[in-house]
Amino acid sequence: MDLNYTPEQDAFRREVRQFLDENLPDDIRERVQKRLRPDKAMTERWQKILFDKGWGASTWPEEHGGTGWNPIEQVIFEEECALAGAPRQLDFGLRMVAPVLMTFGNEEQKQRFLPGIVSGEDWWCQGYSEPGAGSDLASLRTSAKLEGDHYVVNGQKTWTTLGQHADWIFCLVRTSTEGKPQQGISFLLINMDDPGITVRPIIMADGEHEINEVYFDNVRVPVENLIGEENKGWTYAKFLLGHERTGLANVGQWKAIMKRLKQVAHEEQDGQRPLIENTRFRDRLAQLDMELRALELTVLRVLSDKRGPGPQASILKIRGTEIGQRLFEMLMEATGQDAIAHLPDALELDYNGPRPGSIDATPAAGDYFNMRKLSIFGGSNEIQRNIIAQLVLGL
Amino acid sequence: MNFDLTEEQQMLNDSLRRFVSNEYSFEKRGQIIDSGKGTDPVTWAALAEMGLLAFTFPEDYDGLGGNAVDTMVVMENFGRGLVVEPYLATVVLAGGLIRDLGNDAQKRDALPAIATGERLMALAHSEPGARYNLSQVQTTARKEGDHFLISGQKTAVLHGGQASQLIVSARTSGTAGDRQGLSLFIVDADANGVKVNDYAAHDGHRIADINFSNVAVSADNLLGSLDQAFPAIEKAIDLGIAAVCAEAVGAMEAMNATTLDYIKARKQFGVPIGKFQVLQHRMADMFIQTEQAKSMAILAATEADSEHRDRRREAISMAKTLIGQGARYVAQEGVQLHGGMGVTEEMFAAHLFKRLTLINLLFGDAEHHLGEVSDGLLAKSA
Repeated sequence: MDLNYTPEQDAFRREVRQFLDENLPDDIRERVQKRLRPDKAMTERWQKILFDKGWGASTWPEEHGGTGWNPIEQVIFEEECALAGAPRQLDFGLRMVAPVLMTFGNEEQKQRFLPGIVSGEDWWCQGYSEPGAGSDLASLRTSAKLEGDHYVVNGQKTWTTLGQHADWIFCLVRTSTEGKPQQGISFLLINMDDPGITVRPIIMADGEHEINEVYFDNVRVPVENLIGEENKGWTYAKFLLGHERTGLANVGQWKAIMKRLKQVAHEEQDGQRPLIENTRFRDRLAQLDMELRALELTVLRVLSDKRGPGPQASILKIRGTEIGQRLFEMLMEATGQDAIAHLPDALELDYNGPRPGSIDATPAAGDYFNMRKLSIFGGSNEIQRNIIAQLVLGL
Repeated sequence: MNFDLTEEQQMLNDSLRRFVSNEYSFEKRGQIIDSGKGTDPVTWAALAEMGLLAFTFPEDYDGLGGNAVDTMVVMENFGRGLVVEPYLATVVLAGGLIRDLGNDAQKRDALPAIATGERLMALAHSEPGARYNLSQVQTTARKEGDHFLISGQKTAVLHGGQASQLIVSARTSGTAGDRQGLSLFIVDADANGVKVNDYAAHDGHRIADINFSNVAVSADNLLGSLDQAFPAIEKAIDLGIAAVCAEAVGAMEAMNATTLDYIKARKQFGVPIGKFQVLQHRMADMFIQTEQAKSMAILAATEADSEHRDRRREAISMAKTLIGQGARYVAQEGVQLHGGMGVTEEMFAAHLFKRLTLINLLFGDAEHHLGEVSDGLLAKSA
């Protein structure tokens, strides 16, 4: 056992760091580090820069245009990107639909869809949840009826993150009502420009438009957009959720936030002393710091296991989201009453107006509100505990 | 970055697992504890036979040249079966100090004797009122001719009543609380002026208070340099912490296994209680805590041998904090899921509960080590 990175891994880290030094645009870095409003163009620009370097898809094998990096290299890459202030790449294409395409898609589908994902030309969103189907995902009702060489899709999806920007949506649809609910589900790729699709914003508690409802009214989807077999979509959906969960541990991002939180604790004043000298605050910071270290080691341990993560990925989802939520809560607490003001305009780079406290205070409460989503999405943390109880503990 | 055991460690793990489950039953353990002797000659001889007592000693002294990861493997297995033998006291703490500080004669005398199982040793360091402060030593060693005269009171000496030799920390200069001025001595337990009060501990181990009254010790028995023992004491305690962290992981795994069996078998309202979601989620949380503890025990083991003090101390305190908290969680929940049975002497769960509770109190509890990590954040400019 050896928790040190190998010389090769250290060299790889230096290479990534140097690339980031030279290629991450300053305005993007500033926007991310100040936790300003995310911006579609920024995400696309950064994806293009990575793509041009050949690093567009850090988790993909080389044959599909990925880097072919092993899991530890992927972790190093993500961590360095986060610490440098690079924006998070869009998971929906890269980490969610792409593995499904590679595993269950046919040759034509791979060639048609994967290049647009890695280059960043195609923006993907996820069509899983419905108003009546959240944690009980299999109860979904959006229907797809085969008419000739098209499926006709009717229904509604919700909680569609960044769907307002999307070119494509991968959807779970009901193609049969026979047998168990899981048995009649299919996995369809739908072009967001198709007639009959309406996207409506849902404004979340932070006042931001990140989430949407997507309505389907007799949307005609060609059969070649069906992944795998009809009525086998549940298998693909579960496969995808397993991939999503490992990514949800989000250690690299959290390390970057932790680094900033520590800086903020040194910078913020608590009367005559810096906040870090307040023992009650500092002890809680130390507690969180340790839990993040434990999460990081657990992720590395799981990734190093040749048997792969399996249902234990649920542990990473639970701990990763709990720790992420606490990080943002502590950032808010660290900025104290300065976090109270709601200044949507101040979440843009060009804002020059007044604000209470430091720039860290401006997004603090909104981010905290927003991050409550972490323990709810991707299979709520209660669902994850069900998975552990059933699949790991055999209860 | 590598989380794999070596082939040798894997073999050690397999054979120890077999040994604990086949040769160290709950009933047998009870008999060993009831004997009041604190150690079972047959078990100890078997451990010596397996090479366990020599694992972390240098090859020149009949050892196997192992490290703290080997100790982790041993202690995890001991935790699984709640082995009460004086391994921590003799091999990890005392043996570790002699390995790290001893001169050739001292090593030649002690290490092979420990390795064969002939000699039990203990570290007499902690003192009344010191709590978890390692430099709070008032016991003195006064030089007189070619001897030192040791006087003072030691407490919470693990297996102190079973040891034939003690390693005693004493002040050779400075005052209580100073890191400078501490020295270590090898003292025969039957020397004139040594008075041992041997107690049973709640968890089946033995513990002692030891009084030293003008105990004459030859200058040859000074272990390491005069006045300079503090860093070695600190490191020995860190090795001890890494060891009990691994033991806690083994005991947490055992608690999860026995609790899982129980809730699958125990019926209420016509169904096994493990069918209730409220219990399933608590069991899932116990599992999560154990996985986290495992990661931290690995961190502790891989850093415990390090001479890079700050890094080592931070890793050790992080591990002891999270494992202390996790052990408490798993211990309490394990009992709760067992219901009333969980606090009866007849259930393994109750014994796991007791050991996990007391491990948190050894070498600094979770709160103490949280404070260590927290104060470290002050020093580090972010």
